[in-house]
Amino acid sequence: MSSLIDVKNLTLKFKTDEGLITAVNNVSFSLKKGEVMGLVGESGSGKSVTAKALMHLNARNAVYTPESKITLHTEAGEVDVLSLTKPSEMQVVRGGAISMIFQEPMASFAPAITIGKQMVEQLQLHGNMSKAKAKEISVEMLDRVGISDAHKRFDQYAFELSGGMRQRAMIAMALSTKPKLLIADEPTTALDVTIQAQVIDLMKDLVNEFHMGIIFITHDLGVVAQTADKVSVMYLGELIEEGPVREVIRTPAHPYTQGLLSALPKLDDLDSPLTPVPGDIPSPLERPSGCVFHTRCSKIVGDACKTTLPQAYQLDESHSAACHIYPKGESA
Amino acid sequence: MSNDVLIRAEGLSVGFQIGKGLFNKQILKAVDNVTVEIEKGSFFGLVGESGSGKTTLGRAFLKAVPITGGHARYEDGEVSYDLAEIAGPELKDYRKRAQLIFQDPYAALSPRMTVRDIIAEPLEVMGLTSSRAETDERVREIAAKCRLNLEHLRRFPHAFSGGQRQRISIARALVSDPKFVVADESVAALDVSIQADVLNLLKELQRDLGLTFMFISHDLSVVAHTCDHVAVMYLGRLVETAPTRTLFEGAKHPYTKALFSAIPSLDPDDRGTAQKLEGEIPSPTNQPSGCKFHTRCPYAVDRCKSEEPVLEHADAAGHEVACHRWRELMVPA
Ligand SMILES: Nc1ncnc2c1ncn2[C@@H]1O[C@H](COP(=O)(O)OP(=O)(O)OP(=O)(O)O)[C@@H](O)[C@H]1O
Ligand SMILES: Nc1ncnc2c1ncn2[C@@H]1O[C@H](COP(=O)(O)OP(=O)(O)OP(=O)(O)O)[C@@H](O)[C@H]1O
Ligand code: SF4
Ligand code: SF4
Ligand SMILES: [Mg+2]
Ligand SMILES: [Mg+2]
Repeated sequence: MSSLIDVKNLTLKFKTDEGLITAVNNVSFSLKKGEVMGLVGESGSGKSVTAKALMHLNARNAVYTPESKITLHTEAGEVDVLSLTKPSEMQVVRGGAISMIFQEPMASFAPAITIGKQMVEQLQLHGNMSKAKAKEISVEMLDRVGISDAHKRFDQYAFELSGGMRQRAMIAMALSTKPKLLIADEPTTALDVTIQAQVIDLMKDLVNEFHMGIIFITHDLGVVAQTADKVSVMYLGELIEEGPVREVIRTPAHPYTQGLLSALPKLDDLDSPLTPVPGDIPSPLERPSGCVFHTRCSKIVGDACKTTLPQAYQLDESHSAACHIYPKGESA
Repeated sequence: MSNDVLIRAEGLSVGFQIGKGLFNKQILKAVDNVTVEIEKGSFFGLVGESGSGKTTLGRAFLKAVPITGGHARYEDGEVSYDLAEIAGPELKDYRKRAQLIFQDPYAALSPRMTVRDIIAEPLEVMGLTSSRAETDERVREIAAKCRLNLEHLRRFPHAFSGGQRQRISIARALVSDPKFVVADESVAALDVSIQADVLNLLKELQRDLGLTFMFISHDLSVVAHTCDHVAVMYLGRLVETAPTRTLFEGAKHPYTKALFSAIPSLDPDDRGTAQKLEGEIPSPTNQPSGCKFHTRCPYAVDRCKSEEPVLEHADAAGHEVACHRWRELMVPA
């Protein structure tokens, strides 16, 4: 499989009244065509801003370090995403090669325009096609995501649909341009388990059918286990663990990932007590020194944790964790 | 009624009038003919898809929406109230006995009030304390029970994380010393890593203060771990209710089974084995005839379309189910 997108040394800060906030620190990862990556981590860990960086879509107060590099591989060649400046260039990534399903459910649809009209406009913006053709594709997509009466829904407004249907309409719109990469930011969090299961199935079908790459952002490790090929775990802007889904879920290597998994209420053992990760995530304004997780870690291995940022240690060729538990400098 | 029941509802209904104008008026039955008992000191879970009427049932018990049909009785050993009729001083007294913990710890707390004032407000509004010193004393006591740092009482809520804010909401709900607490999606907005902490706190408070909880959640794994008894709602109806373990080990209603099998498994090798429920919950203003689940039920037969099943006992230990075919469907899953 060939590479679809490469993120190298992504560091992203925000200028705020209270000072410069580090939202993402030196994060690198790659995604291949047809691969599904789950991106998990606590609220505020930097998942959404990382995803938005891939489309060069962060707020105006965002500052990227010069080392940060995001390369998108398209049929027409490589695109250096962070160097794009003109709106016409941006179209390649925004809604063109990359589509995003946003965390805020209503954000994707303008309230006063019908769903159909928005889908048609977006298609016409990215491909040279007639209105009739765009409508045909849109209705077909609505139908594909399991919306009954797609012709009728085409003329409705987002607020007229139920939550689950709105979510599916959003997915239909994101997919209608046949993106190479779909970023889905918490697409199932607000949904009932029943509808969530339908949406998960749908996304799996789409990977098979269109061979697109998906970055699936979620809090829900069950959803990750069901959809992802590989998992990346973030904490306070750091990528602290990365690996194939089986390994990360069965044998998590980083103390934070371990804590996250043991905090989950499990259905096969109702008697086991719930064990939270102690403490709260620090404010990004009070980023801990050394390992950013040291204020909550139960496995601290000495002063290094408080003074030195751990580097990623390769447990095997595809599984890595950034923690001082693992020997320095002698990666497998 | 039995001594250890705190709230008993019989044929309870809540209807909302929707639509304007003489000819457009419609009644939306959000809670329809619900009969249920909540035992004293229990952690009672309420699950079901969005729109099934969970919040409305909770609000009916809190007297926050009018009960439009049936009865509900509250009896805590000190007082006994008919919740459909209650008014005046009795209602005022009931308000301190029954409290709500909000869902969203970010939206619920006023940004301009200190944590101390937020927690103290119910005491002041209800006139439960006679001096500022007494109020402070009570606030400090409940804040400590909710594991809040007393230093933090002078701060404003924006300075706190989601888990801390939810502890503030809990302290506020408990400051009037209630007997009955409705927790509506109280951990839904929290990260998994701190959710466990808030759930443990709620269980601890239930035990230490002898509280009865009605715990509304769409997260079945959370319900399985915290509740003693669970009721499943669909389109305003109770379709199944049982002690937690019984329900999770032997659900009988096709809807409950479908809900359970839709929970995404944590095992990456166990993909796509779930039995999928098609479609969505029908509109409450245009409800199906007969069994309300028949439009989505894989086992529906003609009888299901015309005759509505009633809750019947499936065993002697409190397992009840409303389905025409539950006996036949008890083939090993
Ligand atoms: N425009 C901005 N200005 C300042 N800070 C920002 C801005 N956008 C995001 N941040 C900060 O960056 C950090 C990462 O935010 P992000 O939204 O990526 O978190 P997340 O992992 O997606 O969390 P959640 O699970 O809650 O969605 C947070 O501390 C957030 O407050
Ligand atoms: N004040 C109201 N006026 C009119 N209809 C209402 C009102 N409150 C609730 N409803 C309707 O009653 C039904 C039940 O709503 P309720 O909020 O109780 O569901 P729920 O099970 O809590 O759902 P969720 O999981 O989404 O919170 C819904 O169809 C809702 O639209
Ligand atoms: S580096 Fe130290 S503090 Fe950080 S996760 Fe590892 S053991 Fe814990
Ligand atoms: S009564 Fe009929 S439709 Fe309703 S749940 Fe039972 S089998 Fe299904
Ligand atoms: Mg986010
Ligand atoms: Mg609700």
